[in-house]
Amino acid sequence: MAETTHTTEQRQRQLRNVESSAEALDALRVSPGAHLAEEMATATKAGGDAVGLRERAFAVQLGLRATPGTASAQALESALGITLPKQIGEVTGDEAGLYALWLGPDEFLVVDVSRRQRPGETLIAEASLEGLPGQAVDLSANRTILELTGAKAREVLEKSVRTDLHSRVFGVGTAISTQLGPVPVIVHHSAELEYRVYPRASFADFTVRWLLDGMAEFLTSGGGAGFAGSASAEAESSD
Amino acid sequence: MNSPHTSSADTGTRADTGTRRMPQATGIDSSRPVRFTVDGQAYSGFAGDTIASALIASGRIDCGASTYLGRSRGILSAGIEESNALVRVQPRVAGDVSESMLPATRVPITDGLEADYLSGLGILDPGQDELVYEHKHIHVDVLIVGAGPAGLAAAREAGRSGARTLLLDDRSAPGGSLLSSPGRSVEGAFDESIDDVSAAEWIETTVNDFAEAEEVTYRPNTTVFGSYDSNFFVALEDRTRELVETEGTGSDASAGSADSHRDNTASRAGTRQRVWHIRAKQVVLATGAHERPIVFADNDRPGIMLASAVRTYLNRFGVAAGQRIAIAATNDSAYELLADLHAAGIDVPAIIDSRTTASAMAERVVDTTGTRLILGSTVTGTAGEGPAGRISRVTVAALDEDAVAAGHGENIDVDLLAVAGGFSPVIHLHGQRRGPIVWRSDIAAFVPRTPVRDQFTVGAINGDYSLEAALKDGAEAGNAAADRTGFAAALTVPKAAAMTYAPARPLWLVTSAEDDHTALTTHFIDFQRDQSVADVQRAMNAGMRSVEHVKRYTSISTGGDQGKTSAVNAIGAIASILGETDLGSVGHTTFRAPFAPVPFAALAGRRKGELFDPARITAIHPWHVAHGAEFEDVGQWKRPWYYPRPGEDMEAAVLREGKAVRESVGFQDASTLGKIEIRGTDAGEFLGQIYTNGFKKLKVGKGRYGLMCKPDGMIFDDGVTLRVAEDRYYMTTTTGGAATVLEWLEEWHQTEWPELDVVFTSVTEQWSTVAVAGPRSRDVIAKIAPNLDVSNENFEFMGFRETTLNNGVPARICRISFSGELAFEVNVENYYGLAVWEAVAEAGAEFDITPYGTEVMHVLRAEKGFIIVGQDTDGTVTPQDAGMEWIVSKFKDFIGKRSYSRIDTAREDRKHLVGVLPVDGTTRLAEGAQLITSGTPVTPEAGPVPMIGHVTSSYMSPSLDRPIGLAFVENGRNRTGEIIQSPVAGGLVDVEITSPVFYDPEGNRRDG
Repeated sequence: MAETTHTTEQRQRQLRNVESSAEALDALRVSPGAHLAEEMATATKAGGDAVGLRERAFAVQLGLRATPGTASAQALESALGITLPKQIGEVTGDEAGLYALWLGPDEFLVVDVSRRQRPGETLIAEASLEGLPGQAVDLSANRTILELTGAKAREVLEKSVRTDLHSRVFGVGTAISTQLGPVPVIVHHSAELEYRVYPRASFADFTVRWLLDGMAEFLTSGGGAGFAGSASAEAESSD
Repeated sequence: MNSPHTSSADTGTRADTGTRRMPQATGIDSSRPVRFTVDGQAYSGFAGDTIASALIASGRIDCGASTYLGRSRGILSAGIEESNALVRVQPRVAGDVSESMLPATRVPITDGLEADYLSGLGILDPGQDELVYEHKHIHVDVLIVGAGPAGLAAAREAGRSGARTLLLDDRSAPGGSLLSSPGRSVEGAFDESIDDVSAAEWIETTVNDFAEAEEVTYRPNTTVFGSYDSNFFVALEDRTRELVETEGTGSDASAGSADSHRDNTASRAGTRQRVWHIRAKQVVLATGAHERPIVFADNDRPGIMLASAVRTYLNRFGVAAGQRIAIAATNDSAYELLADLHAAGIDVPAIIDSRTTASAMAERVVDTTGTRLILGSTVTGTAGEGPAGRISRVTVAALDEDAVAAGHGENIDVDLLAVAGGFSPVIHLHGQRRGPIVWRSDIAAFVPRTPVRDQFTVGAINGDYSLEAALKDGAEAGNAAADRTGFAAALTVPKAAAMTYAPARPLWLVTSAEDDHTALTTHFIDFQRDQSVADVQRAMNAGMRSVEHVKRYTSISTGGDQGKTSAVNAIGAIASILGETDLGSVGHTTFRAPFAPVPFAALAGRRKGELFDPARITAIHPWHVAHGAEFEDVGQWKRPWYYPRPGEDMEAAVLREGKAVRESVGFQDASTLGKIEIRGTDAGEFLGQIYTNGFKKLKVGKGRYGLMCKPDGMIFDDGVTLRVAEDRYYMTTTTGGAATVLEWLEEWHQTEWPELDVVFTSVTEQWSTVAVAGPRSRDVIAKIAPNLDVSNENFEFMGFRETTLNNGVPARICRISFSGELAFEVNVENYYGLAVWEAVAEAGAEFDITPYGTEVMHVLRAEKGFIIVGQDTDGTVTPQDAGMEWIVSKFKDFIGKRSYSRIDTAREDRKHLVGVLPVDGTTRLAEGAQLITSGTPVTPEAGPVPMIGHVTSSYMSPSLDRPIGLAFVENGRNRTGEIIQSPVAGGLVDVEITSPVFYDPEGNRRDG
């Protein structure tokens, strides 16, 4: 049914999608944290059960503007197959797949971490809003998703997030817009020992470095403790 | 292990004054000797010692001479209130720097530590401090400040309820005042057992219970230094000892493990200090009290020590601070010391009590110990003939009813004088919140009148010095605090023996009847500032009455110790001089953070070096770096400024890049521009209100330049907005204005026109933008977008097209120009920014496509007379001033419109945007330089120089091969051709007023 309501422009886009080979596009994509992938992997290895950090690159992220309970919200919910959260902090859906974060009373970020973004992600959602107020915008490239894991993940975040991250308050399935040190981010408690941090793309470089710095105290030096550790600390401080 | 034990002979005469360790110290591990040096001299002590306790044990009590008067001074206290014994500690681990102004009473000794005494002034180490200082943010239900008996009892009760409980304490071990007590039953001493076990055992059990409880944290070495609204607290945790012991050389790495169960945070190599930001629902202040000295003549000699400190050194560190100790008392606390000294076998020739009758406690202890008690008297003076100026004798005289000393007095030989001037409750955190305080004359102390909201005060802070009261009040407060946060539990109150303290008789000024206050120059009040009663009198002779004025006139309480031991004595002195007995009527100075000094390094935390501030980078950034770009900071963005080739300076690079755009083709990373998706049936109507020009009738597929003003009519932001669909627009803003404009749109929509159907979403970072500019740009675009008809007829100026590039990437290409040249902007999803930039580079190679930076962008637009909001405008420029009347709608309403009918904005002779050309054709004007009418005298004798405007932009023009400038000049548009002047390098140059459009005024180049 959505097919018939497409605008000319949307049909043009669909044509383009056919032209675009998904694989060829993937070869051209670079994620905002890609240049630090090796540093993240090294730290994750040294972090053991305590801490780990990786980028969940190219996940689908759609920005929605609609007031819950309105026809627009209902249209978007049925088009995307998700219920929108009703209050601050709430996350709906499945954090291993499709879920929605509350950003404001009429503003949401719908994320699908189970697949890569493709051109034309918003077509169905946009079509559902035909004749209705509201908005569905592809924001997949706007932010990247950094996943901080491990028993000490919360302690790493507590170094720079001012809001209460205690599990009694910020349990699994909670997300807020806040600051990570000097960076505006969304912080999302996505699983027992897992937090997702969503910085805008331009901040990804700084955010990864900032998090790696916060993780440093929980990393094992990889074998020789004590003496080797202090020797490497000396080497670092001398350059 | 690597250096032999220092023999006492090495430490010279000081080590042989006969002090010794008592066998029963509660706070040191005598199986672990520690060697260190002070002032180059070797000393040894034991693990658990501070520099002060180890030095006293070695017989050295003197410290650095006083700051201003150079008087000999000694260790006064055993804690954070220390005013005299300040040290500089040399780097202890790799990456450390030396640190000054640390109280020797607070620095734990570690093997190899090197310290020097200071005379009140620190020396900043210019070296790089590479240690880690970081911040932590936590929220708790109940915060307890102070781990003395009251705080421990409070934490125990709060913790049992399941409430998130945090107990912070500035000392390295829990127990507070109990650390200073014998920790076991001593014959003749007071019973300080709790729940029928020794205090030490009770403390250990209590703290071990904290470790078991998941939601209870006890953090030692953590000083709460600030208290703010809504129970927001900041505290400094010092981990230096752990750091030194795990990383330092020659030490047993397991040393820190004794404390580790109390803190589940593992220590990273290098974490030296943490600033804790704590938000608490309820707070229990159990901050204790600091003892005060007594103000008599020569009260500052080495060997004059607070009685409570003498007791702490004796019991906690096993150090007798002297062998012949007199005690000057004003209250009952001194008798606890007397009992302990007697039990330790130390000679106490006399206890001198200001009170006229012996209290019950005094009587009991004096009877048991057989000590000579001198009532109704005090110490009026001292002699300092001991080593290093140490006290050798006290003079004791009787006091009359008005506490004035009478008679010649008696001399008593001593090597230490313990002074018990009374206690000042630590009300600082209460006071920082402007909590009300009241003077209690029975104990001679300021105490909180009522706690501030959502706080409790318990124990000595309230002037309740008995152990029984501290435990009871603490437990009740901990229980009630938790209850208020929704965690109820049964209350258990730890039991201790009842104890009653008789009223005190404080002494503010020990003088004789004939004394002139201005002569009392050795009656010291603030040791760190070397301020005496004479200084207070001088301030009052100058007319000061308020304690705040006297404080600032004299500098009393402004040292690093912030007057912990001197503030109340100063108030007492003021009151005495005023003949006032109620110190409450004089009042207290204002309490402000920090309670104790905090290193700037700790406040900075990790925000230094590359982590100082985020550098926002585009997807194309790696290419810019690889191609040698110099960067300009635009907000937090790193934007390529210019790309110098080997051997090129900035001017040469800019001229080359500019010529490339004018003559062939250049490309620029324009990704930082703000971008906002706008949708709604009223979007066009809304934009018409926001912009001075209309957007309702803009055709789908076309863009339009728009200008925004504030309600005052002044230019605020600008940019091109595209109409993507009937109900969809895509707005661009300036780089710096991206966030502000989005908020601006939301504000006007939410507050003024909520009925309009329009919504906004920032997409600034969803898109990368590559600007391709120059006569050959069409050729480049044709190559990368083969599906697109790029002819002028079919891809008109300000049009845009959706297409797929030759590499498969979907793109939106616009024909927008900021240089006056034929130009395009290629927008692709951010992921593809780098790939598409490289594709443009490759496609443009045959035209020698040149990357250009922000500098050339600025130059090329200036050649065309295009303004840059924020450079040429400053919030006082209307569109009409900028010569942009054409963009201001005459028909519709918009934000700022009404302001144009104001007399001042409507007048014709406002400052106008004009071009300014140096007449000599070679001199470049300075941006920001003033402009004056030719012939205006500019000498100082001629007085103020009337200015007629200023230069806003000035460049060497690559197209005109001469310097050009933009300026705002009074009535400038009507003065075209006039020669005015501007100062350059000390002289004046002639400048011609011209049109701001220097290049291609007909606009012929726009279409290629």
